[in-house]
Amino acid sequence: MNTLSTLRAQFLAGEYTPEQAVQATLDTIKTSDGDINAFLEVYEDAIEEAKLATTQYAKEGEQAPKLLGMPIAVKNNILVKGRKATGASKILEHYTAVYDATIVKRLKEAGAIIVGATNMDEFAMGGSTENSAFGVTKNPLDTKRVPGGSSGGSAAAVAMNAVPAAIGTDTGGSVRQPAAFCGLVGFKPTYGAVSRYGLMAMGSSLDQAGPLTNSVADAELLHEVMAGVDEMDGTTIDTDTYPEVPTKETYTFGVPRAFLKEGTDPDVLKAFEKHIAELKSQGHSVVDIELPLFEKGLAAYYIVMPAEVSSNLARYDGIRYGHSAEGDNLLDVYEKSRAEGFGPEVKRRILLGTHVLSSGYYDAYYTKAQLVRKQMRAELAEQFKQVDVILTPTTPTPAFKIGEQKNPLAMYSQDIFTVPVNLTGVPALTFPMGTVKRDDTMLPVGVQYIAPHGGDARLFDLGKKIYDERQ
Amino acid sequence: MNRDDITHLAALARIRLTDAELEQYQADLPAIVDYVSAVEGITEDIVSEPNPGVRPNIFKDDEVTNQPNQFSEDIIQQMPHADGRFLSVKKILQTKD
Repeated sequence: MNTLSTLRAQFLAGEYTPEQAVQATLDTIKTSDGDINAFLEVYEDAIEEAKLATTQYAKEGEQAPKLLGMPIAVKNNILVKGRKATGASKILEHYTAVYDATIVKRLKEAGAIIVGATNMDEFAMGGSTENSAFGVTKNPLDTKRVPGGSSGGSAAAVAMNAVPAAIGTDTGGSVRQPAAFCGLVGFKPTYGAVSRYGLMAMGSSLDQAGPLTNSVADAELLHEVMAGVDEMDGTTIDTDTYPEVPTKETYTFGVPRAFLKEGTDPDVLKAFEKHIAELKSQGHSVVDIELPLFEKGLAAYYIVMPAEVSSNLARYDGIRYGHSAEGDNLLDVYEKSRAEGFGPEVKRRILLGTHVLSSGYYDAYYTKAQLVRKQMRAELAEQFKQVDVILTPTTPTPAFKIGEQKNPLAMYSQDIFTVPVNLTGVPALTFPMGTVKRDDTMLPVGVQYIAPHGGDARLFDLGKKIYDERQ
Repeated sequence: MNRDDITHLAALARIRLTDAELEQYQADLPAIVDYVSAVEGITEDIVSEPNPGVRPNIFKDDEVTNQPNQFSEDIIQQMPHADGRFLSVKKILQTKD
């Protein structure tokens, strides 16, 4: 299994070069991606950058930037200057980014080589990558199954060993759920830790970009490169925005038992109990907690998110950029461009958002959902007085089969454990906690660690001790 | 939520729906709306202060940070109907003739 730290050591020792690494990426994509469909576009010219990086290692050695020569894939709702930025939507099929997202700029400055754009649910709306306008991505661990979503292409790209790491975005679990389905580490930072400049906005008060990797140390490294104040995003936070969340020798974990019971697969619960037993055997304590409002989290999320979606996607109107339909007058152009450009799930969420924001319903839905959100933050703050970290499975089930989830509401319930994290703005880390058997295939399941605001470093500390060390 | 409600929402959202789409959304939107109504019972009773995660508005100086025309060419190139440095659009008002 490829990690950034092993690659770095090999590059420094001269045993392996960035040129070989990027060539290996391009070769793997050539042999495997016809079936998997993780990539929407592959940047063949990345090999030229890799040659330069190879020379630079020979010259600079340890002084070389920390991601120099690392092949990284980026979800296609993140802008990379001069490359297609489609959001996996027909409406942006031919759109080219005119600037780098801040996170892309920082990755490039650290020496990373962006090797391609990954598939996703259209505009990041979905949990299976089945909503891409450019075809479904398959899970490399079992190609009958979905890789999760919406960052399913990023997860599949790492799981098929095309790249050691990829970047995704997480509005309600879109980094963590595909990471869990593909047996990877995934991280959703504290809201504001990472700039959203150059990300296609979905739910602006929820969106954060995060890494999908093979180790917690790699997730930490990528996060540190991407994070930090950005004058182009006024919601970015500084290191002193929140009170310090210290790392410890042993931690107290809180498990919201009542919240886990509903709809969670028994095999997932079994793996979760085993993980709890391991934590205890390592000297950590685990206590039961109650988070009654978290049960309303999913309902609040499916109000707040579509409301923000309906506002954010109003910009795609066929006038200034993107797909433009022929029409008799301006309104006709708007209505036809959006009808032809958006897929069914995007339309569904825009309609839902329009409904919950319309006069007469605004107070009943949007105002109430914001109140739930505020009280969830208070409830969480109260619990974090007693516990250091909150523990849940990342998803209620392992990866499901392509085409299996037909009912939108059933699909939304996949997000039950991940959306409260985005609604409250706290950080969360997922990594594999075990496997469950389905049709003679062992499928990975993930555990989710949730820390207080600004507690990103605590999650990395724990993840390295508990996950990386046993690899 | 009946067919007229969905048609009205689609008009507000500036999306022209086909009959098949209208039927589909009429079938699945009411269940979603019903599900999210779980927020209805919430009242103002628990609120702790300070409420972490809520941050004040952030202001910055109102000044131009780009170079003149820094992005213009790239942007104009992607306009569906560019006319020199202008963007041409369909007329907004209908005339009687």
